[in-house]
Amino acid sequence: MSEPRGRTLAEKVWDDHLVVKGEDGTPDLLYIDLHLVHEVTSPQAFDGLRVAGRPVRRPDLTIATEDHNTPTLAINRPIADLTSRTQIDTLRTNAKEFGIRLHSLGDVEQGIVHVVGPQLGLTMPGITVVCGDSHTSTHGAFGAMAFGIGTSEVEHVLATQTLPLKPFKTMAITVEGTLRPGVTAKDIILAVIAKIGTGGGQGYVLEYRGSAIRALSMEGRMTICNMSIEAGARAGMVAPDQITFDYLEGRPHAPAGDDWVEALEYWKTLETDDTAVFDAEVFLNADELEPFVTWGTNPGQGVSLSENVPDPSLIVDANDRATAERALEYMALTANTPMKEIAVDAVFMGSCTNSRIEDLRAFASVIKGQKKAENVRVMVVPGSARVRIEAEAEGIDKIVEAFGAEWRFAGCSMCLGMNPDQLAPGERCASTSNRNFEGRQGKGGRTHLVSPLVAAATAIRGTLSSPWDLEQGEPGGELAAGELSAGELAAAGSATTSKAV
Amino acid sequence: MHAVSIITGVAMPLARSNVDTDQIIPAVFLKRVTKTGFEDALFYGWRQDPDFVLNAPEFVGAKVLVAGPDFGTGSSREHAVWALRDYGFQAVLSSRFGDIFRGNSGKQGLLAAELTEADIEKVWAVIDAEPGRDISVDLTTKTVSIGDLTLPFEIDDYTRWRLLEGLDDIGLTLRSEAQITEFESRRHSWRPKTLPVK
Repeated sequence: MSEPRGRTLAEKVWDDHLVVKGEDGTPDLLYIDLHLVHEVTSPQAFDGLRVAGRPVRRPDLTIATEDHNTPTLAINRPIADLTSRTQIDTLRTNAKEFGIRLHSLGDVEQGIVHVVGPQLGLTMPGITVVCGDSHTSTHGAFGAMAFGIGTSEVEHVLATQTLPLKPFKTMAITVEGTLRPGVTAKDIILAVIAKIGTGGGQGYVLEYRGSAIRALSMEGRMTICNMSIEAGARAGMVAPDQITFDYLEGRPHAPAGDDWVEALEYWKTLETDDTAVFDAEVFLNADELEPFVTWGTNPGQGVSLSENVPDPSLIVDANDRATAERALEYMALTANTPMKEIAVDAVFMGSCTNSRIEDLRAFASVIKGQKKAENVRVMVVPGSARVRIEAEAEGIDKIVEAFGAEWRFAGCSMCLGMNPDQLAPGERCASTSNRNFEGRQGKGGRTHLVSPLVAAATAIRGTLSSPWDLEQGEPGGELAAGELSAGELAAAGSATTSKAV
Repeated sequence: MHAVSIITGVAMPLARSNVDTDQIIPAVFLKRVTKTGFEDALFYGWRQDPDFVLNAPEFVGAKVLVAGPDFGTGSSREHAVWALRDYGFQAVLSSRFGDIFRGNSGKQGLLAAELTEADIEKVWAVIDAEPGRDISVDLTTKTVSIGDLTLPFEIDDYTRWRLLEGLDDIGLTLRSEAQITEFESRRHSWRPKTLPVK
């Protein structure tokens, strides 16, 4: 017997889903509680089932939405792009044939799969969640083990509701302190990725801990877990607490009655034990954090907004230097330019990273009563039809339109440009999404990853900006002065919870 | 997945080395939504040349591809295996395979048999002498027979076992179906269910 050692949150969830323990180097067989499906990575999986004559084992643990290809304008018209239309039509046929619940374009529950799951109360602590999408890590915000899988694995889960997997290593990311107004969850995760690099989390499941994480709303925690994959990790998790339970209670698929009581009792056991040991640990101070933006073509290439574009010649590692040089060339940036002098052509407010109601509220709190900068195209895309309805009930659509921005229908949209929402070659965008890869938002497009607050301030000024840069008297400008009303501050900050209707 | 033991059929030579998966199937075909029907995409670029071996009447209906070294390198696309399988190939012989391609092959029931480069050339010589003749690939004895030749090939024991048993990944997991069912019987009622719709 080894010395008694506690378990991490990740290890607890893993152990509770072991169907078969692997031996002699064979993987464990893990049970999957919730399988999310969308139109891009599922067609061949269903076709594989068809070829082998296999049914979907648990349609009642599976849910599909249309999100990657869907248009965000004129959603009542047929999809113009043939490939997109084929993928959507194929999902509809497959869902019908295999008895899968599907929320199609136009349905009130349609939206980005990672917004829909939590909103329905399907995502809950201590469960395993998979989806053929790398941003499945989002659901880890609830203390779930959630990760992206490939199409063959999608087929595997459809057929068996299990996956053969080798255990991940564990990494603690501890963020202590208090975020200043104007600094949000997005800034935390961008700073984390800049610190550990895009490969730093490889092979690990990350657990975000510390007072700054505990103070975050569920939306903020989802933003952080969402981008775990950008640090190279398959999954990111936050231990559930009262904020988690309050978010879940009363949602359509959340446990109710005796089930709620029983679930709650279990969920409260899901903290990492004091005697548990992580394979790696990283620390970050929230007090010092500023609004954070990327300058390059991977999410690890980021700096505080008050800094300058880095000078590649000062980078010691030859590979990193070459990567930085190539990134600056693609981004058409000159070393040592103040980040705040970079002018943008577009602002994209949306994606599974930042398209929940709290994100839209934060964005609206800054732009309210303002006009967008001339020559900047601003697009606001709610994460789900439900979020859109909720935002409209609060008048956010009117604030967005009065600002001069476009208010769209729900979907992945310009985050990856699989639908018509794309940047033109050479266009520069401040985007609340998760990837600034070359061509990600459209061929030749240039992406700066930012928080909703930075997106809003940038849309006002036309150059990369945070609410700290806005004039006194402008609503966002008051953030810095601390004169914002309690409600607005809560909406713009990061310590609130909200509940979709 | 069908069990594989002895594959007998026309052998088609592909006397090229480093045939990467982009050559086996170009990226443009990855947009499709099916896992079958890729036969028309196999070697799409090369088959536009009427003299390409795939277009030779002697090799119509070939079941065994006899390729040069480093077959299936490059992109991880499973479509490369699907295209070979859909065209009718059941085995590929080469002296070296790309790792991912070899793994994908095993999972899809395509036999990737490793012969020495010298033996591959012997097989080519027999085919050259009489194009269109049959070859026999015997997984039980790990040998290839063509004409008077009988040559050994290598395949890892695990993949061989899976092919002989006809087990794909899902088939393997379903051997633990009793444990899965047992696990499900213990699943708490509060854990998520998508149906019925609430």
